[in-house]
Amino acid sequence: MSSYSAWGLLRHGLGARDWAPAWRDATPRKRYKVVVIGGGGHGLATAYYLAKNHGIRDVAVLEKAWIGGGNTGRNTTIVRSNYYYPESAALYEMSLKLYEGLSRDLNYNIMLSQRGIVTVAHSRHELEVVQRWAGAIRANGIDSDLLTPAEIARLAPIFDTSPQARYPVWGGFIQRRGGTARHDAVAWGYARAASALGVDIVQNCEVNAIRRGADGRVTGVGTTRGEIEADCVVMSVAGHSTVLADMAGFRLPVTSYALQAMVSEPVKPLLDVVILSLATGVYVSQSDKGEMVLGGALDLYNSYGQRGNLPTAVNVAGAAVEQYPALGRLRMLRQWAGIVDVVQDSSPILGETPVPGLFINCGWGTGGFKAIPAGGWLMAHHIATGSPHAVAAPFSLRRFTTGALIDEAAAAGIAH
Amino acid sequence: MLLISCPHCGPRDEIEFRCGGETHVVRPGPAEAVSEDAWADYLFMRQNPRGLHAERWLHAAGCRTWFNLLRDTVTHEIKAVYPMGHARPEVA
Repeated sequence: MSSYSAWGLLRHGLGARDWAPAWRDATPRKRYKVVVIGGGGHGLATAYYLAKNHGIRDVAVLEKAWIGGGNTGRNTTIVRSNYYYPESAALYEMSLKLYEGLSRDLNYNIMLSQRGIVTVAHSRHELEVVQRWAGAIRANGIDSDLLTPAEIARLAPIFDTSPQARYPVWGGFIQRRGGTARHDAVAWGYARAASALGVDIVQNCEVNAIRRGADGRVTGVGTTRGEIEADCVVMSVAGHSTVLADMAGFRLPVTSYALQAMVSEPVKPLLDVVILSLATGVYVSQSDKGEMVLGGALDLYNSYGQRGNLPTAVNVAGAAVEQYPALGRLRMLRQWAGIVDVVQDSSPILGETPVPGLFINCGWGTGGFKAIPAGGWLMAHHIATGSPHAVAAPFSLRRFTTGALIDEAAAAGIAH
Repeated sequence: MLLISCPHCGPRDEIEFRCGGETHVVRPGPAEAVSEDAWADYLFMRQNPRGLHAERWLHAAGCRTWFNLLRDTVTHEIKAVYPMGHARPEVA
C-alpha cells in the first residue's frame, strides 16, 4: 500500500492516473481466528486494532452491503466527549483523543474539525442543568466553558438570541475540542489500514446464522457467501443487534428506532460551531461543502425502516427555522434515517455475551460515530487479552442484572 | 407517517399517539421468588423484532386509552388493532 502524501497528491494532480484501490475487497476464506460482523466504523476499527495493537491479523470483517453504508454513513458526523458520569467521560474522552491522532495514525485524512460544540439552555432550569453538567465535565478533566447569551451570539450570529426569540437563550456551555469529522473517511481510513495489515474485508456477505458447538461455544457463522468458521465472533451491527442476538439465542435490552437527519442546499459559510438546543433537541452544523446539517429527535416507535417519518422531520425543521431565522428559505437536499440501538440507560454494551466466544459492541444509540475509535480499541483489547479494558468494564451486558447502570439518558446532551 | 385506527375514535394521524413499546410483558412473581436474571429480563430485555411487533399505543391527544397494535417494523404496516388484555391475534 502506498502512503498518501502531499507529494503523491501533486503527482496525481499533474496527470498520473495510477491511483490504486485503497483496500482489498476480499473473498471469504473458510476459517478465521476472529470474525467481525458489521463493516461499519466500529467493526472496521475493531479489526484494525486487533491487527495493529495485538498482532491478530487472521481477521475478517463481514458486511452485508457496502462498508460504512449503515449508521456510519448516516450520522451527523459530530464528535464530542461532554458526558456526565466518570465512566462515560473516560470512554468518550479516550475516543476523542484517538480521533485527534487518527489522520496521522491511519495516513488518511478524516477531516477532523474541532470547531467547538455549543449546548444552549433556554430556561432557568435548563441553565441550572447546564451549569451542573459543565462542572461535572470539568471535574472529569475535560474542557468545558460556560457561555453567556452574548458569547453565544458572538460565536453564532445566525442563532436567534434576541429577547423576543421563540426559544429564549439563557446561556450554555462549549466543549471547544468537540466538532465534526468526515464519516465516510473514518470507515474508509480504517478499512484501508486494516486491509494493509492483512484483514479481509468482505462485502455483500450477510450473516444469517450463528454456529455453536456442543459445549455452547461459538464456532462460526452462516452467511450468504457460505459457512465461515471462527474461534471468536464479534457483533458490531448497531440497530440490528437484536436480530443477531435472536440467532445466537440470548436477549438484549435494545430497542431499534429510526433517527433521521437532513441537509440543505449548500450555502456560503454561516455557522462555524456545532449547536445543540436543549429545548428542541435540534442540532445544527455546516458541512465543508456548505450544506446545513440538521438532526433532532428519534421517531419514537420501533423501526428497522431506515427512513425518517414526516412528523419528526417537520418538528426538526420547524424548530431550526425558529432558532436560525436565516435558514427559513433554504431548500432541503436530502433527508434520511439510520436504525439506532437504544438502551434504557443510554450507554453502550461492550464485552461478552451469554454465548462463550461471542462478543458484542452495541447500544451506542444516537451517538455511535463519536465512539468509533474507542469502541474498536476496547473490543480488540477484550478479544486479544481475554478480559475487558478498565475503561470498558463498566459497560458489560451484566450491568442490567447487577443494577450498576450508567444512566446518561438525562445527561448525554440529547434525548436518547 | 402512520394512520392509526384507534378502537374508539377511528383513524387518526400518528402525532395524536404515543408508542408504549412491547406489549404482553408479564411481571414475574411473587417478588421473593424472582431471581436477579428474571427481574433483569422483565425490566430491560425486549423483543425488538425485525418484522411483526406487538406493541402498546396510547391515544394521547384523543380518548387517552391504551390499546395494542401488531405492526411491521420494516414497512410500518399495521396488521391488527386489538384491546388491552386480549391475546396477540394470528395474522397471515
